[in-house]
Amino acid sequence: MSVVKVEDLRVRFGDTPVVRGVSFEIAAGECLALVGESGSGKSVTARTLVGLTGEGARVEAGGLAFAGQDLTRLRERGWRRLRGGRIGFVLQDALVSLDPLRKVGKEIEEVLAAHTDLPGPARRARVRELLASAGVPDPELRAGQLPHELSGGLRQRALIAAAVAADPELVIADEPTTALDVTIQAQVLDLLAGIKHEGRSLLVISHDLAVVARLADRVAVMKDGVIVEQGPTARVLTEPAHDYTRQLLRAIPAEHTKGTRLSDAAPAAPRPAPGEVVVRAEGIGTSFGGRAAVQEVSFTLRQGETLGIVGESGSGKTTTARIALGLTPPDTGTVEVHGRPWTRRDRAQRRDVQVVYQDPLASFDPRYTVAKVLAEALTVAGVPRERRRGRAVELLELVGLGAEHLARRPLRLSGGQRQRVAIARALAPGPSVIVCDEPVSALDVSVQAQVLDLLEDVQRETGVAYLFISHDLGVVHHLCDRVLVMKDGHVVEEGPVETVFNEPAHPYTRELVAAIPRLAAA
Amino acid sequence: MKRLGLYLAAAVLTLLVLAALAPGLFTGHDPLAVDSGQTLRPPSAEHLLGTDENGRDVLARIVHGTRTSLLLGFGAIAVALVFGGLLGLAAGLGNRVVENVIMRLSDIGLAFPELLLALVVITVAGGGTANAILAIGVAGIPSYARLVRAQTLSIRRSSYVEAAYALGLSAPRVVLRHVLPNAVKPVLILATIGVGTALVAGSALSFLGLGTPPPEPEWGSMLSTARNFISRAWWYGLFPGAAITLTVISVTVVGRALRLRSEGRTP
Amino acid sequence: MRTLRFVGWRLLAGIGVLWGAATLTFLVLHFTPGDPAEVIVGGEGAAPTPEVLAQVTAEYGLDRPWYEQYAAHLGRIVTGDFGTSYRLHTPVTRAIGEQAAATVELALTAAVAGLVLAVAVALFTAKRRRWVRGLAAGAELLVASTPTFWLGIVLLTVFSFGLRLFPATGSHGVASLVLPALCLALPIAGVLGHVLREALEEVLDEPFVVSARARGLSDTAVRVRHALRHALTPLVTMTGYWVGALLGGAVITETLFTRQGIGRLLVSAVNAKDLPVVLGVVLLSALVYVLVNLVVDLLYLAIDPRLKEAA
Repeated sequence: MSVVKVEDLRVRFGDTPVVRGVSFEIAAGECLALVGESGSGKSVTARTLVGLTGEGARVEAGGLAFAGQDLTRLRERGWRRLRGGRIGFVLQDALVSLDPLRKVGKEIEEVLAAHTDLPGPARRARVRELLASAGVPDPELRAGQLPHELSGGLRQRALIAAAVAADPELVIADEPTTALDVTIQAQVLDLLAGIKHEGRSLLVISHDLAVVARLADRVAVMKDGVIVEQGPTARVLTEPAHDYTRQLLRAIPAEHTKGTRLSDAAPAAPRPAPGEVVVRAEGIGTSFGGRAAVQEVSFTLRQGETLGIVGESGSGKTTTARIALGLTPPDTGTVEVHGRPWTRRDRAQRRDVQVVYQDPLASFDPRYTVAKVLAEALTVAGVPRERRRGRAVELLELVGLGAEHLARRPLRLSGGQRQRVAIARALAPGPSVIVCDEPVSALDVSVQAQVLDLLEDVQRETGVAYLFISHDLGVVHHLCDRVLVMKDGHVVEEGPVETVFNEPAHPYTRELVAAIPRLAAA
Repeated sequence: MKRLGLYLAAAVLTLLVLAALAPGLFTGHDPLAVDSGQTLRPPSAEHLLGTDENGRDVLARIVHGTRTSLLLGFGAIAVALVFGGLLGLAAGLGNRVVENVIMRLSDIGLAFPELLLALVVITVAGGGTANAILAIGVAGIPSYARLVRAQTLSIRRSSYVEAAYALGLSAPRVVLRHVLPNAVKPVLILATIGVGTALVAGSALSFLGLGTPPPEPEWGSMLSTARNFISRAWWYGLFPGAAITLTVISVTVVGRALRLRSEGRTP
Repeated sequence: MRTLRFVGWRLLAGIGVLWGAATLTFLVLHFTPGDPAEVIVGGEGAAPTPEVLAQVTAEYGLDRPWYEQYAAHLGRIVTGDFGTSYRLHTPVTRAIGEQAAATVELALTAAVAGLVLAVAVALFTAKRRRWVRGLAAGAELLVASTPTFWLGIVLLTVFSFGLRLFPATGSHGVASLVLPALCLALPIAGVLGHVLREALEEVLDEPFVVSARARGLSDTAVRVRHALRHALTPLVTMTGYWVGALLGGAVITETLFTRQGIGRLLVSAVNAKDLPVVLGVVLLSALVYVLVNLVVDLLYLAIDPRLKEAA
């Protein structure tokens, strides 16, 4: 018998339909993955299963049943018995899903207090057991700490412990690995797999096909509020029946996509060989408040080349980028651009190194239109006033936008369009190097594919070199020629991407590479 | 529904400004004309809001008092904004010594209730409308200095300012093009809401007999006299206060709507 | 240990503020136009006798260089000597001390009433149906925009002269406290309620609140156990507003209801240009501000333990 049975579920917020007729079933002990990009309605579907669709939502369904119980007639009191008791819910982003002012143990104890008759001391003992079985070391200590004292991975484990505390039949996990470093991601996926092995049903929501591939028995692909394709994981991944699924699969950057286009099937043009050295960093290091952030980092970057810097949060990759940009002066070592050392006041040199940030919106003055953003960059580059508009349109066309975007404000553009404007601005002064700091991390996979293709097109056309910072090894493998692997402020390994990823020499690199989620693992 | 409130508030503000500029449009009575035969009369067709203890028309005094009351509110905020703003900018853009000196001074200033600081200024400089504006304005300087400094600092650290430096803009140009305009706008909007508070503080001084002196019409000083006649003339104590409250509400509603709009939300 | 160091720093900052306040009073005394001795006894209108002027000159050391005067000024304040009111013919500390109890009684009652009202309204109305929220927001805007002195006049008109429920004046007995305390508390409740409700509505949208609901908690439990604590933090940072609203409000309320208290003492001192009393109240309010701030900072640490590391 199926644990969950959803038939023709429709959800609208005001006049906007978000879920438009979704049907699926989850069998006992089975894992179903709902996969889709932002706005596809996957999270809303999941929340509807626990009656927390959100404010102003109108829910209609041909059928909505949990363990044979009709959920459409449920009152608040009935929902409360289900929530946490028979359905455990793990929310996206553990950093904000635990109350920052309450001890971690208290949050888990709350579930036990609501759904069991255990007395206080027994509850606290059970909390420690739960934390231990969720793989939290030293549960006694951790239960008494506040969420911010725990790492991202431990917080996610604590959330999972809370979700399974009352022994639910179904666990729903909404983007359970999204904000985590890749090695931690792998551990959390293992933990969820363990929950499945205990005989519980699992509904995993994710934007990342590769992440769910190793966990789900079946996959349902959602787009614009409908499920476009549903089936056994291996079948959906290897023989996708729907165009959208094919497009999604093609858009995932990885080793085998190198040299191909992600956003369409057009063949990629060959890239010219790298030219002369444009940036040379020699033994750079800096520290903040007595703690070394970056130590002894050296690299070179040639014209038309892409150098990736990978590492987990706190590894020093962004600090390295800021030093290369000349925004943070290094305490030790030197950075040379075209053979001349960085000097603070040389504006011509300043124009030679530009930047693209993870959050493009924050990098535009909120009062500016696209035209003004580009005009400012062109002014600094010395383009005379009468030629600025024409040049701005050329730049927009180069990044796949047009003159009609000039009058728009970045706030009114989509995430992908914003990043295109940011790239256009970076190109305006005619730089030799663009530092890209996680430029695609906030984007959906299909938009990410377009931006990555665009970066390659721009490079072919202008010969610009990229210093590409990313935590996503698939992206780096797809885009970069060479890579630096950083850990705790040091470069632990460097070399051509193929060598580093296929024959990693350093143990840390090996750990990283092993943790990369792969579609083939299904 | 919310829109309706905003339009009403904007209409009230327009009427107030009109009343301040051309009080004759709203009333035919002379606010200073004493009529000993008509003292403390309740509202009637002749005197819509009744008369005061000297037989003067209450409506005329309220209408003619608008100018002084608005002047108190806007004038005081202008003083606080100009001096507080300059100090805040200096603290936000200057070196650590400048910043520390200004901020420690404003810490001390913030330790005193604004009304108390205003009373000290009045004790030293004497009463009257101009001194009341000065007193309340001076009392507001520390909080505006703080606000402007906080704004300036957060913009200086923003990624669009960093992007401007990365493009190669010079420091003075970044300050003029990006930091200043973005820092000033939210502060101006908050100041709109502050006008209401300053107006209340100004009329409080008049109420205590330390602001605008009689017989000049001013809402706070009218209430100061009216409190002696509460048992006999409810209208005298009611309408001038209602004028203050209505003004403050309107200013606040418009200010909040401006703030929401500037944050990209619809009011 | 961290908490101790935090308190230490805060104490030091408080002493800095008090020193600043003392310096301010010194500057006021010496930069007010006119002969300082005359200023101290009440300005030109006071027409002091030569003996009194000589006494003041000797007491304040007005014939000595300014730095000696400044040192002596600080020394007097440290020992609790705030000067003499020549109008009342008593030391300033005694004049203030005689009035303090009435003001403390009024301010504390109003503070508690305002806070309770604000918390109750915010808890009941945040994120409820549209009309409930609209009503609460409207009421908050109305009372927060109402000047204390007019609110008092309205209260007097209705409850003293209309319904004859409470006395209009005086400072004896509970009945005489009701209207002044209400008059002082309502505008504060309006402002605090607004801040609290906005904070609550923001917190109730946070993922950890959804997370708590997904554990099967009831709405009340979510509000009281999770959201309220977060919503209290912005209230705590408004210490300056609190102290100011209570002290400033006390000045108005005491005058309006003809109650005893420091506020009324201050108004008559300002009117009579009795500078030593005015400056005495200034110093007192700085002291109160510093002490309240210290308590509030500790409360803040209790509400948000994350700050211990920042401190």
